[in-house]
Amino acid sequence: MPRYYFDHNATTPVAPEVADAVREAFCEDFGNPSSVHRFGQAAKGRLETARERVALLLHAMPREIVFLSGGTEGDNLAIFGTVRYDSRPRKHVITTAIEHPAVLHSCAQLEREGVEVTRVGVSSDGVVDPDDIRRALRPETVLISVMHANNELGAVQPLAGIGRIAREAGVYFHSDGVQAVGKIRVDVEALGVDLYALSGHKFYAPKGAGALFVRQGVRLGAIQFGGHHERDRRPGTENVPGAVGLAAAAELVRANLPMEMARMGALRDRLEQAILERVPDVTVNGGRAPRTPNTSNLRFDGVDGEAMLIALDLAGFAVSSGAACSSGAIEPSHVLTAIGLSAEEARASLRFSLGRLNTEEQVERLIETVAIAVDSLRKISPVYKSARV
Amino acid sequence: MSGGVDSSTVAGLLHRQGARIVGLTMQLWNQRRLPELSAEGAAGRCCSLDDVYDARRVAERLGIPYYVVNFEQRFEEQVVRPFIQEYVAGRTPIPCTLCNNYIKFDQFIELAASVGAQRIATGHYARIRRDEVSGRWLLLRGLDEARDQTYFLFGLTQEQLARALFPLGGYTKPEVRALARELGLPVAEKGDSQEICFVPTGDYAAFIEAYFSAAGTPLAPPRGQIVTTAGRVLGEHAGVHRFTVGQRRGLNVAVGEPLYVIATEPETQRVIVGRRDELLRSTLIARDVNWIAFAALAAPMRARVKIRNKHLAAPATVYPTSNPAQVEVCFDEPQRAVTPGQAAVFYDGEVVLGGGWIG
Repeated sequence: MPRYYFDHNATTPVAPEVADAVREAFCEDFGNPSSVHRFGQAAKGRLETARERVALLLHAMPREIVFLSGGTEGDNLAIFGTVRYDSRPRKHVITTAIEHPAVLHSCAQLEREGVEVTRVGVSSDGVVDPDDIRRALRPETVLISVMHANNELGAVQPLAGIGRIAREAGVYFHSDGVQAVGKIRVDVEALGVDLYALSGHKFYAPKGAGALFVRQGVRLGAIQFGGHHERDRRPGTENVPGAVGLAAAAELVRANLPMEMARMGALRDRLEQAILERVPDVTVNGGRAPRTPNTSNLRFDGVDGEAMLIALDLAGFAVSSGAACSSGAIEPSHVLTAIGLSAEEARASLRFSLGRLNTEEQVERLIETVAIAVDSLRKISPVYKSARV
Repeated sequence: MSGGVDSSTVAGLLHRQGARIVGLTMQLWNQRRLPELSAEGAAGRCCSLDDVYDARRVAERLGIPYYVVNFEQRFEEQVVRPFIQEYVAGRTPIPCTLCNNYIKFDQFIELAASVGAQRIATGHYARIRRDEVSGRWLLLRGLDEARDQTYFLFGLTQEQLARALFPLGGYTKPEVRALARELGLPVAEKGDSQEICFVPTGDYAAFIEAYFSAAGTPLAPPRGQIVTTAGRVLGEHAGVHRFTVGQRRGLNVAVGEPLYVIATEPETQRVIVGRRDELLRSTLIARDVNWIAFAALAAPMRARVKIRNKHLAAPATVYPTSNPAQVEVCFDEPQRAVTPGQAAVFYDGEVVLGGGWIG
């Protein structure tokens, strides 16, 4: 049975060009970048070239790029590396209700360490109001952390406005950019961010490779301890193949982004429009917000999203719903709750996220399969029937 | 698929027969909710990550699609809370039967149907057979007498039985383990679960108290008297939910002869104790009766009646009452510890006629 992948916000396949570059770094220039000899020099060369390429993608300077293992580590380093090293007796952090667990749970840990945390809400379309951030500021605020694009809705946050507020207040500004890089333009200068985390596997690089942009001048302490790698900011022998893969994927983004954004947007709009036309009682969650062009979160009234996800998977279509808990079962999404959905509405929602290998034909098949699945699930849904009578 | 040897073997058997199957595990209870009771390492913890891991490994081994489905909220509403309410009301509930009636063979069957599965197969030791004459689905005891689980399945309706498969009903447990080994299943040597899945420690009183505390409504320390059947006060206790009919241990009263709980009175918080022979009862009323072998009971009927899972079914006459959902059971010989909240299940040989709740 053919299988179609519509879950690119979860992860992406490594692009062939990226795999080729990684293979070279694995087998040929395999040296330790810290070694003095020519093997080490060759590896160091690869690493620094990779750093330049990732910097170019973000409109940053190479020295501002720290290679690490991915989005979670980047968020942890940004948050703990700034807040723990601030010497004020009282400290305060501002974040939002729709962050990734890497930020949410880091902030919860800060709370246990005595830091106060404000979690700003979002509009019904999943967008933060910069004025809410401004109102939450306090003299002791150390850090503002707001994601660039939301993983479930695709909602793009007004970072530039928040960046100006942060700069005026003299507060560090971190953004989790994991769901933005590769999907929309990222310019750390224009956004006004001081720290920006990204993850390779969300844009066709391998898992286990990521980077944190740390603006020059930001006082960032280490949260792991070891050798002098990455300018004392991230100890441990560098994952050179990972960095090389990240850079190769960054080059692909730089070459193709405007074109891919247009293509993704057209496919996504076709998907939404066709489903809205063919299937009654469907809502686009967060549909009026500026969104990443590949993401669509749809709510099918009266449908059990968990059952629909399984039915679609058994029909060959991979999509996702909510957040997976440790067992792999689906938990109600904190993001959908934050935009005001009831538990039942959240349960009836599914996320479709497109990627570079999806074609028009695949999207047409998806539309067909979704329409059939919703129809058959609603026929046996006690909730949907009772609502119609 | 619970991750245990029984449901894993069911998956293996059906897969070997060439059936198109999907593996599903129900996430029913989050052990981290009441961490003080989590019993790290206890076997058979409900929905523990280890069990889900095992189920997933079995599905991978067989190459079948596998999903964990979240029934936590429904399980809490329809199994855990009634379980607690029953205990607080002085009865001794059977959560496994509630789970079978309202979760596994109801909402779970619906979920299975909605992903395209016509029937669900479980690792229960019981058999289902179609009666050619009446056209009814019959429930029969599992061939392994010691493992038979029909006591927990008396509530199944004809529609539910028509959609259920119990492939292990014709096997003994040692045969199932041998099959699991033969099928190369990684759980073939795994231990059996014993206790109620969401109370792995077996300490129901502690679970109930922790549940109320976590809900922000701690049980006011209920104190009550321990009283003999003759009305003599022997001492105090810390809540009727800590006692069940027939219980001997934990009374902490010393009066020369062994004493047993004869009854609990939640209204007065009294626990009535007495001699062993005072536990004997000749009759009981069963309510909310479900008939499997026939549609309704029209006339008194001879049957063997089982009043708890480990009870040896005893001969009795079952009488219809003016309420069609209620029957009166008169045992030939008085029975020990007829316990409110438990089930009375009626058998004719290996056939389950039906059953109801002891009122």
